[in-house]
Amino acid sequence: MAVTGILGKKIGMTQVFDDKGEVHPVTVLQAGPCVVTQLKTAAKDGYDAAQIGLVEFVKASKVTKPMAGHFAKSDVAPVRLTKEVEVEPSKVSGDGEAPLSVKPGDRVLVDIFADEKFVDVIGTSKGRGFSGVVRRHGFGGGPKSHGHMFQVQGSIGASSFPSRVFPGQRMPGHYGTDRVTVRNLRIRGIDLDENLLLVEGAVPGPRDGYVLISKAKAPPRERRGFSGGGTVDPLKASKKASAKKK
Amino acid sequence: MSIHPVMQRLADKINRTDLPDFVPGDTVRVQVKIKEGEKERLQAFEGIVIARKNGPQGSFTVRKISFGQGVERIFPFNSKVIDRVEKIRSAKVRRAKLFYLRGLRGKAARLKEVERA
Repeated sequence: MAVTGILGKKIGMTQVFDDKGEVHPVTVLQAGPCVVTQLKTAAKDGYDAAQIGLVEFVKASKVTKPMAGHFAKSDVAPVRLTKEVEVEPSKVSGDGEAPLSVKPGDRVLVDIFADEKFVDVIGTSKGRGFSGVVRRHGFGGGPKSHGHMFQVQGSIGASSFPSRVFPGQRMPGHYGTDRVTVRNLRIRGIDLDENLLLVEGAVPGPRDGYVLISKAKAPPRERRGFSGGGTVDPLKASKKASAKKK
Repeated sequence: MSIHPVMQRLADKINRTDLPDFVPGDTVRVQVKIKEGEKERLQAFEGIVIARKNGPQGSFTVRKISFGQGVERIFPFNSKVIDRVEKIRSAKVRRAKLFYLRGLRGKAARLKEVERA
């Protein structure tokens, strides 16, 4: 498999114990199963990518005719949600034109993360409607006593000079339902039977919200005691060794 | 709110099932794993179960009097620290949380024993 991401749904949160007996908060994500609905190639589209769809029951009447034709072209059942994900060159690619191991109709399962430690998750944050500055921008608000006004922002600028409000002044407005990316969530478990992925920490969006899970673009550097790996920095190791000799 | 069926199935997989059934009022001996350097040994914590929290991340509270000092320890059911739990005796109690025992000492803090399967 060479697809780097998968579509999923946020199920909820719980906690798990690791081997050391420490407890970790985890978000349970239903990752896939997905199906490749279209393959984009550098030759035809200018870039390489795979369009994947989350396999989910969708009423025939809910599928628009253009989309129905699109799915028929790659001979897959209609899906509700499609997204494009990057395609990794396969590890045993021959020379010349890189033979892509992905083709339309392929299934994408959570096992693509079997060798990964971290994932990035993209979701749509919970909608908060028209919110004030305290909630939206984390302003301090007004005094809690002395003829109080709690959730106010106060002054938005000086008077006769400059006689205007500077652009970018943070004010109340619509908050939430934004695309939010959370990077480097540690994988705490994979359930292949149920297509579940357990990641440590919170994931944007409500329960049953759609998320795009992909392999971590910039996973944390492997450090001792941090990333779980026993990797040794060669420079430090040599210094330590020379110090010991003395 | 009811639990999501997927979460329920996941919980069934994760949760440990080897602990005996006990209720508040029971006296239990919890064998706690203690790591000393490389070696691991067991230490017993024996006392009355004064509370039990159910749910996917449940826990229970054990209270004992140690050298005249009340000691309580909260164990998550899934904790890896617990090696095993032995139920020693049961007592007749009329509430689910026995926090009132904290204010009682000696003879007043006794519970009436009952036979329970």
